Amino acid sequence: MSEPACLAPGWSGGHDDPEYGLSSYEGAQARWCAGCGDHSVLTAVQRLLTSEQLVPEQTVFVSGIGCSSRFPHYLKTYGFHGIHGRALPVATGIKLHRPDLTVFVVMGDGDCTSIGAGHWIHALRYNPDLTVLMLDNGIYGLTKNQTSPTTPLGWASNTQPRGSWLPALNPLSLALGVTNASFVAQTAEWVPGHLYATLRAAYRHPGLAFVRILQRCPVFTPALYQLAVQDPARITLVVHDDGVVVPELDKVYRSQQVHDPADLAAARLLADATERIHLGVLFRDPTRARYEVVRRVAPRTGPERLALLNAELDRHAV
Amino acid sequence: MAETELAGPRGDTTTLIPAIEPELRRLAEHTVEVVSDPGEGAQKCGQIFGQVSARMGNGVWTVEIIPAEIQPPPRLPEGASGNRIRFGSGPVTNWGDETDLVVAFNEQVLLARHRLGALKRDAVLLLESKWGDAEDPAIRSAWTAALAELATRDYRLVLVPMEEQCLALTDAPRKGKNMFALGMLARIYDRDLTLIREQIAQAFRKKSEDVYRLNVALMESGYAWAGANLDLRITVQPLPAGAPQVVMNGNEALGLGAIAAGMDLCAMYPITPATSVSHYLSEVFERFGGLVHQAEDEIAAVGVALGASYAGKVAFTITSGPGLALKTEFIGLAIMTEVPLVVVDVQRGGPSTGLPTKVEQSDLLAALFAQPGDAPRIVLAPATIEECFHVMVTARRLAELFRTVVMVLSDANLATGVTLFPRPTPELRWQADPPDLAPVGEGEQPFGWNPETGLSRRIVPGQPGGMHTLTGLSHDEGSRVAYSAGVHQRGSTMRSRKLAVLQSMLAPPPIYGDPEGDLLVVGWGSTKGAIEEAIDRARAEGLRVSALHLRFLSPLEPGLRAIFARFRRVVTVELNYSDEPGDPYVTEENRRRGQLALLLRAATLVDVDCWTRVPGEPLRPGAILRALRERLAAERRAP
Repeated sequence: MSEPACLAPGWSGGHDDPEYGLSSYEGAQARWCAGCGDHSVLTAVQRLLTSEQLVPEQTVFVSGIGCSSRFPHYLKTYGFHGIHGRALPVATGIKLHRPDLTVFVVMGDGDCTSIGAGHWIHALRYNPDLTVLMLDNGIYGLTKNQTSPTTPLGWASNTQPRGSWLPALNPLSLALGVTNASFVAQTAEWVPGHLYATLRAAYRHPGLAFVRILQRCPVFTPALYQLAVQDPARITLVVHDDGVVVPELDKVYRSQQVHDPADLAAARLLADATERIHLGVLFRDPTRARYEVVRRVAPRTGPERLALLNAELDRHAV
Repeated sequence: MAETELAGPRGDTTTLIPAIEPELRRLAEHTVEVVSDPGEGAQKCGQIFGQVSARMGNGVWTVEIIPAEIQPPPRLPEGASGNRIRFGSGPVTNWGDETDLVVAFNEQVLLARHRLGALKRDAVLLLESKWGDAEDPAIRSAWTAALAELATRDYRLVLVPMEEQCLALTDAPRKGKNMFALGMLARIYDRDLTLIREQIAQAFRKKSEDVYRLNVALMESGYAWAGANLDLRITVQPLPAGAPQVVMNGNEALGLGAIAAGMDLCAMYPITPATSVSHYLSEVFERFGGLVHQAEDEIAAVGVALGASYAGKVAFTITSGPGLALKTEFIGLAIMTEVPLVVVDVQRGGPSTGLPTKVEQSDLLAALFAQPGDAPRIVLAPATIEECFHVMVTARRLAELFRTVVMVLSDANLATGVTLFPRPTPELRWQADPPDLAPVGEGEQPFGWNPETGLSRRIVPGQPGGMHTLTGLSHDEGSRVAYSAGVHQRGSTMRSRKLAVLQSMLAPPPIYGDPEGDLLVVGWGSTKGAIEEAIDRARAEGLRVSALHLRFLSPLEPGLRAIFARFRRVVTVELNYSDEPGDPYVTEENRRRGQLALLLRAATLVDVDCWTRVPGEPLRPGAILRALRERLAAERRAP
């Protein structure tokens, strides 16, 4: 990408005469609850698709199962709404076979960090060029209020009615602990400018860009992050020219910390510092090995294959 | 055969057969085994012997003898490792019955074969002699006990100073005995030494010239020793040269078949006995523009294959029973979203971890029905190693045409067996076309089901105008999520209809033997060779038996009911478990039957009987023959 990821978000992304407007990407009417954070992620994604002028037929959204995994239905791109926890293998297969396609993955916290945790770790290591959104509302919503790995300690749910027993899993620390992970960021559904800028940086990153999106479930976790929503002082924006800078947020979010996303050790410290909410790109290394690149093989035409196959059969001849 | 004094079971290790003029025996076939501790190279010896026999024009079927552990402690019966070669003047379609001649590197692995009933009553045993003189009294007493046990049969035991002979050439005789054994076999069976040297060169192609020369010298030493000391000379006349042949095992054939089918992605996770398909493909696939993806687990392997198939050419995954269990949900998704996918199950003994290295045909019902909900798919079972090659081409095309999952059921017998078959002549049309990325026409739907057939054209990402979201949720033609019962009924009907359409395209299966008689044997998968050999022998005895072998298990091949009606009894022969009639508590009502028998009873309403075993080895033709005789005798006794 010629345009650096640090630029302030622009609606058109520099396209004077866009071929695709917002309506080009509109799918079915979204059926999420009113006030669900998924809506704002959908809006930010539609804005990204428009500003980057992504060709709808060259774009695939892959999801698992859960409220957030209905995402592809609400876009007019190609979509694959698969099974619980398994979006990443499907997306990896698509990218491996068709590197020409732009592939997004949308998962919830249960999808990604619980039932699909194994795939999550290994996809981070394979590092295919995917933009991976983990919509983290700290609860199982679609199945109606069960504790997820990211549910805060003590939070009551239908499966742990006297409060969750264990401290929440930290998806950022985990992602940053995976060898060859190349992009880890955190943003929040209630800060649309930051959400959009982060998604754009993730999209432009070559490799697997993992974005944890903090959000609330209006039905089961409306109080989650409520203090931070009401009091921006509880949030620190992690800023850097190689990460995300959103000048329009300066007035509201006065707590800002310059952090070079190339610094993995500092990124891990930030991820572990959970007494504050850090939004921004924690880690980014565009040079890390990408699976579909290291595994690229020269394609063969049918006749070439046939000739090689005959030679191979000769090797087995008696 | 000339009478000679042989080493007896008491361990008279010095009694060697004097140099004599051997009697030459001409036989139609012979079965040889080489067994050792793992790491002593018996497998390599057997493989080379099999390869050379094939190249000389013999029909050959070799089977690996595999212990479950990589390096179990030495001198344990359960550690027996090696190769078993049945070769003949005519085509050899299965591993046969008992073994005629064994080369064993110690008495414990030999004992293992004896206890398994693997050896013919009068088999010739060529046994390393050194253990009888071992310093360790425990080894000496084990030796004495073993030889006493072996003496209970009519074996002909010959003690061979393999290590002593090898020591003349190498300081590490344990690694060289296999070539000495190969030389002995070459002398006994008059194998072509030039071919043997070529195969040794092939086997050690990654090693130095010195290694090659040492191995050839060891082989020649065995050859000379056998010439001077053994009176056995056996000739199994090669076949007259006919059409060009290739030799390989079933897993190589599956891999080559995938290449011939134009597929270019195999996603897998290591599991015995399927993994060697990926070993083979990992060596060669990239030259063909393909790649093997070793996923983080069985689920991811099928997921990656599904994602790849969704976006382009049909991909495949390979697995065995435990892996198939893990792939269940994704296979259901592929069926629901009508993404073509080929799933190869190289079956082993189950359930659970079961018998990882041993053959069984116990995954049939899982392959057909493992998914919750109604999930119709195509199930094919290659019956021979040759069919392992061709089935992949068929599977790929059916997956594409019918937009569904095609399961291919191979097994450990085909996977590790090595045999000859006519060299395939691959054609361009066998290969998958690259995905068609042409714009999608106005009004064309992602599931534009033909209301008669359920068939529809697949739309893949990259096609302008075709954007839609596939979903595992019940959906209509437009892949819109269903919110009414009618939509689900219709989608289920369309997915199911495809199997009926496929069946309408198939011909009734051919019958091996007369089209009518007292007993029809129905089999599927790798048992074909053994069943048909048993049928030949039974018919030679005058029994009115025939056989029928199914390649399609879903849908079943048509016309079965009419065929069954021409026989007094129908019995399946399968390598899976069934209750024996007459066992405690077992009644006609509660008897658990063989898996194919269960299917056939449901599909035809014929009282199909079964004879099944789970011995952890391929069925022997002789055992099938005895079962057929018993079934017919019982039939005659019945009113």
